[in-house]
Amino acid sequence: MCLAVPGRILSLSDRDGTLMSLVDFGGIQKDVCLQYIPDAAIGEYVVVHVGFAIQRLDEESAIRTLAEFEHLGVLNEEFGDGFEIAAKQAGVPVPGSTATTEVKS
Amino acid sequence: MKYLDEFSDPELAGKLVDQIRAATSRRWAIMEVCGGQTHSIIRHGIDQLLPDEIEMIHGPGCPVCVTPLEMIDKALEIASRPDVIFCSFGDMLRVPGSKKDLFRIKSEGGDVRVVYSPLDALTIARENPDRQVVFFGIGFETTAPANAMTVYQAKRLGVKNFSLLVSHVLVPPAIAAIMESPTCRVQAFLAAGHVCCVMGTDEYPELTEKYQIPIVVTGFEPLDILEGIRRTVIQLESGRHELENAYPRAVQAEGNKAAKAMLEDVFEVTDRAWRGIGMIPQSGWRLSPAYREYDAEHRFSVTGIHTAESDICRSGEVLQGMIKPHECAAFGKECTPRNPLGATMVSSEGACAAYYLYRRLEVTHA
Repeated sequence: MCLAVPGRILSLSDRDGTLMSLVDFGGIQKDVCLQYIPDAAIGEYVVVHVGFAIQRLDEESAIRTLAEFEHLGVLNEEFGDGFEIAAKQAGVPVPGSTATTEVKS
Repeated sequence: MKYLDEFSDPELAGKLVDQIRAATSRRWAIMEVCGGQTHSIIRHGIDQLLPDEIEMIHGPGCPVCVTPLEMIDKALEIASRPDVIFCSFGDMLRVPGSKKDLFRIKSEGGDVRVVYSPLDALTIARENPDRQVVFFGIGFETTAPANAMTVYQAKRLGVKNFSLLVSHVLVPPAIAAIMESPTCRVQAFLAAGHVCCVMGTDEYPELTEKYQIPIVVTGFEPLDILEGIRRTVIQLESGRHELENAYPRAVQAEGNKAAKAMLEDVFEVTDRAWRGIGMIPQSGWRLSPAYREYDAEHRFSVTGIHTAESDICRSGEVLQGMIKPHECAAFGKECTPRNPLGATMVSSEGACAAYYLYRRLEVTHA
């Protein structure tokens, strides 16, 4: 969870007065809060940690980092299903249903 | 050099290793205080690529690992309540409390949910107005702005059924505590790049001066780490002790001003216990008085917690860099990622888990 992943801003939106964006991480897309980089524009790359952009990054560095993370398999750990990952580590089935593990908003 | 071909640019990695080797004339002990860096160092065998004189000591840089047992037990108690939806990052699910973990609470019927962002927990709270929704707010300075914003939004939007179980810790006081320890062997630090993304680097010159140690802000990717080590060794060999930024593509001296302003508003500095280390003065954040009503510890009055660490787990010594994971008798035997005795065996950023995953054969046959 220390990981901060670079992603490209696809769109901007205002949600209840909060600046949000849709960010693409090499094919995986997530809602990201832009309140800490409020002047970021569509097409720019930002470093994202737990759904918040915390810094800008130039395109070349961002693409290189994303390729590295994909190669290392860390994107799945960051964006995958937490219960599935934990269950696999424990060698036990996922408790109950997994329906509640992802919030669509 | 068996690992070099795994680097994204093996030629550059080789050059950096050669330069470190050429610069090194004596033994040096360098500590990284970032779980992501620990993971990267072990995974890529960076410590094995380095000259024998350079020892990498793995510091208390994994937020999951240093969250105190008492706080885990509080989380488990709150998560067991039928009126609560308990939200957490996935890394916390299998961190052992005194008796159980969050994964077990879920198996027993507790409503434990994994979210990607703390804002998702706020969304869950708004969708479930008749339930109490608690988010487990752990982490270093990198994660704190996300939790601060979520509490700020809860207050702004009047979401009364949301609260935060806060266990935030800060890197600079931990560096000071490590340097103050009588058994300290550390001569330089790699500072965590993304902590500095948020906080900037203003807090570090005081430490370099007081303890006469180089501190080099370093990224997470293997080449970043080699570059951080190279700069550190050059400083050590020339007798300098300065703050250097080896991660300028993401870290600016002033940090992220908007995030720092939010942190200042929502949190205040407090003493915090670190799992395996103990209390470090002024080493964490709690909610400031204006946001205290969103503090899950107050809301649920979790008291009467009696904690009990495993008798044989030596993760405290691992976290302080006093022993390497495989020097613990339980490592790879009673304690594995499948049955972790300590938090350092759970998180992929924990030193024990990293050693187990990437060094298992070597250690087993040692």
